[in-house]
Amino acid sequence: MAKIQIPTPLRQYTNKRESIEIKASTVGDALSGLLAKHPDLRRHLYTEDGKLRAFVNVYLNDEDIRYLQKEATTIKDSDNISIVPSIAGGARQ
Amino acid sequence: MLKIDKSHYEALRCHGEETYPYECCGVLLGTMNGEQRIVTSTARCGNTRDDSPHNRYHIDPRELVRIQREGRERGEDIVGFYHSHPDHPARWSPTDLAEAHWFSCSYVITSVAKGKAEVTNSFELSGSDEADKKFVDEKIEIGELESKPQGRAS
Repeated sequence: MAKIQIPTPLRQYTNKRESIEIKASTVGDALSGLLAKHPDLRRHLYTEDGKLRAFVNVYLNDEDIRYLQKEATTIKDSDNISIVPSIAGGARQ
Repeated sequence: MLKIDKSHYEALRCHGEETYPYECCGVLLGTMNGEQRIVTSTARCGNTRDDSPHNRYHIDPRELVRIQREGRERGEDIVGFYHSHPDHPARWSPTDLAEAHWFSCSYVITSVAKGKAEVTNSFELSGSDEADKKFVDEKIEIGELESKPQGRAS
């Protein structure tokens, strides 16, 4: 099963689990499976119209899924999916 | 509260001096213990904001994925981030808040005036979602912790 790595701020919605194993054939299926197990994650990952939030990066191993086939990207059992909220900012207002 | 070893604290301040007049940025790794975030290593990151590096920073998510994986292998979690404000106070800006998404993590800011690190402050990103998030001042306890090897340059 593919493993989804949960970042520290979202573990409060996964019973503190660092990773969740999901049987799925695409990244989208894996994320759907994750939300089925932990529905409170949905509003943190998706907008109300069902799109991944702009600041939520999803990586398949070391590749951004935006540059693969997005949520239709196929996965293998040995794959790692990482959910990585963006890190940015700066002094200018 | 943020607990950090003096060597790591000085390392993140030095990073801001090295990158002056541009903003530096990096990751704090360690453990969460209730309301405490205990830093056991730091990881320097590159600032990808080539268009405005003197007052903006952004960490490549691919670098974060790697840092998160390497930390996991050492038993460490991401507990916060740091960046510098060149010739600007060590207070969070509206941009810092708008771009902050790691709840319950520490965001450390160092003011660097004319190339010299001055004030370092830390803020916890509090709240439950994007609508009610806010930064809360938090104490930095600088000590002589038993820590793991210092963060890796990238």
